[in-house]
Amino acid sequence: MKTLLLGNEAVARGLYEAGCRFVSAYPGTPSTEITEAAAKYDELYAEWAPNEKVAAEAAIGASIGGARSFCAMKHVGLNVAADPLFTVSYTGVNGGLVLAVADDQGMHSSQNEQDSRHYAIAAKLPMLEPSDSAECLEFSKLAFDISEEYDTPVMLRTCTRVAHSQSIVELGSRVERELKPYAKAPSKYVMMPGNAKIRHPIVEERMQKLVRFAETSPINRIEMGDTSVGYVTAGICYQYLRECFPSASILKLGMVNPLPIELIRSFSEKVDKLIVVEELDPVIETQIRACGIKVDGGKDIFGYCGELSQNKILKALGMDTPSFADFGEPLPPRPPTLCPGCPHRGLFYTLGKMGVMVSGDIGCYTLGSLPPLSAMDTTVCMGASVSGLHGFNTVRGSESAKKSVAVIGDSTFIHSGITGLIDIVYNKGISTVIILDNSITGMTGHQDNPTTGKTLKGEPAPVVSLEKLCEAVGVRRVRVCDPYALGELRAAVEEELNAAEPSVIIARRPCILLPSAKISPALFVDPEKCKGCRQCMTIGCPAVSFSDKKASIDSTLCVGCELCTQMCKFDAILKKEVE
Amino acid sequence: MSETKGIMIVGVGGQGTLLASRILGHVLMRRGYDVKMSEVHGMSQRGGSVVTYVKFGEKVYSPLVDLGEADYILAFERLEAARWLSYLKEGGTLILNDRRINPMPVITGAMEYPSDIVEKISAKGARIISGDALSLAIEAGSAKAVNVVMIGILSVLSDFPENEWQEAIAACVKPKFLELNKKAFSLGREFALKILKS
Repeated sequence: MKTLLLGNEAVARGLYEAGCRFVSAYPGTPSTEITEAAAKYDELYAEWAPNEKVAAEAAIGASIGGARSFCAMKHVGLNVAADPLFTVSYTGVNGGLVLAVADDQGMHSSQNEQDSRHYAIAAKLPMLEPSDSAECLEFSKLAFDISEEYDTPVMLRTCTRVAHSQSIVELGSRVERELKPYAKAPSKYVMMPGNAKIRHPIVEERMQKLVRFAETSPINRIEMGDTSVGYVTAGICYQYLRECFPSASILKLGMVNPLPIELIRSFSEKVDKLIVVEELDPVIETQIRACGIKVDGGKDIFGYCGELSQNKILKALGMDTPSFADFGEPLPPRPPTLCPGCPHRGLFYTLGKMGVMVSGDIGCYTLGSLPPLSAMDTTVCMGASVSGLHGFNTVRGSESAKKSVAVIGDSTFIHSGITGLIDIVYNKGISTVIILDNSITGMTGHQDNPTTGKTLKGEPAPVVSLEKLCEAVGVRRVRVCDPYALGELRAAVEEELNAAEPSVIIARRPCILLPSAKISPALFVDPEKCKGCRQCMTIGCPAVSFSDKKASIDSTLCVGCELCTQMCKFDAILKKEVE
Repeated sequence: MSETKGIMIVGVGGQGTLLASRILGHVLMRRGYDVKMSEVHGMSQRGGSVVTYVKFGEKVYSPLVDLGEADYILAFERLEAARWLSYLKEGGTLILNDRRINPMPVITGAMEYPSDIVEKISAKGARIISGDALSLAIEAGSAKAVNVVMIGILSVLSDFPENEWQEAIAACVKPKFLELNKKAFSLGREFALKILKS
């Protein structure tokens, strides 16, 4: 049967058909839907892990336990999982093990655009890179076969335009695979120096065998056409190139590590000029050049930053692109915003008014950095709000600790904020940490986490109590606030900032998009009472606007949270009369 | 360039552009076309400018519609129509839900919402079918059905039979919203037929 699937759904289908049994992941755009789609197959065990390192380790354990196992992450998640990655390369596998990583060229939803192919090279692992959904399905199945045949974890790299594009796939059926027997093998699985020294040469030999596989595998294929130029490419760039040049000669790499250097060399000898087309870093180009193969165009024309597209390729090659009509005026940008009724809004309004330094983190609440709230000083990576604040306040002293907070979401806190909090407590810091507990992993599209009481499969689960967790690591001052109650919230923040010991404020209210959130009737502005002071505009709510010297509220957007009501000194914002 | 057609669906995060593209993809696949669609998830969904690309033809390679390549743009909001206008092919058609949603820089007063967007786009030579899809959606039963009203308008520009669109809607929406969406589709279709006759 043929159907349209997202690249991510097609990877999940590949897991299903390959007889995979175990899937663990932490959500991260653009990788999230792999795990969500995998969870819909009853035959697959699938879970959300607290972070990517845990997910990778759980998948490693499941592989050693004899099952075909899988974990998925976004590119920055791979940094978190890098520790097990480098050593599982040495241990190899029992059941096949595949780790998918989704890069985000163009940073549609990320804090950097690192090129994950470097990890495959550094950890000495094979890496496959599909270019559409059909290949997502095919390559994820193939990855398990390679994993078991070569006793290696296999990496599967996608990008936003593959992960979040739909294209047609042909569905197959599942091949059920029994658990492989587990036999104790410390020389393979206990990576202490004596054993690891024996494993390292095995890893190097394995790479040589994988080179031979790459040289002959049909996933690296030459499509000969016009021989004036030959293009070497992989992944989504193949699709852009083929659209630009239907009759060009292209060497399409399905395996981006290790490279089939002899195949590339023989291709280069058949064409007059060789051009390498890849996004981000010159990973393919540098290796080709290092082998003495002449490259006539690469990063020098395509650059290192962002995504390519058919027009960008044509332009870089000095060719014509379609003409178009521009609107011709500078337009107001439309950045993403906190939703009307978002529980984070009140907190960022309060922190902005207080003028404190805000050590930020990764999630919807990073949008609190945008005007008019503008209440965030730093955002680096998952968990860095808490540990970063500790460093900041340690060098700047106790007065700094009275004027600074860390803000971190419930899911991010469990992911890697808790270790930063332990750092504060253990090293006698006095910083204040605010956990924005909206009862869900929000930005990635509502995934459950250990604090929500539900598993990925929708089953009831034990709840990790944030209060008890913080108390258990030694924080004596833990309190819960409602971020809609601005007066109470501000008093709590002021009090905790002045405490001479670490404190945690849990600002708790469910994400307004959750079914459990309280939606009230839309508010309205009484134009007679409105003095046009614009105070209600300072909270940056998309539902509130201002024209003809009066505020007004869009009834299709307002959820009646009454944050703006608390702004108005003239009682001009009212609830609808009950009829 | 290979012979493919490109459609872009642009709007504000939360307006339901994804459902519109999925209905479209369903119809096109059933018609026997090769189809690719590129979507945006994550950060951009939170009230930001969003775009979905739909490509179809005998064989489709790139899932992206590039500058000057869109045969049709379905714009769910006026400012977004202006923003993405440069993607419209010469001779392409813009289908516009003539509605204004202020972006944050306009709300805060940092920038002004451009005036006379429709007139300015027309002056660039683009063919525009403009209507109040929101009112039609509300008439159908929900403001959220703007996306299916827009699909109804687009359907008139294709020669695909109406029942194939209806089947695609049935395949893509939850059963409890099916009647509402069928009505939204019909209202969009009737509106477009009236416009095209006049």
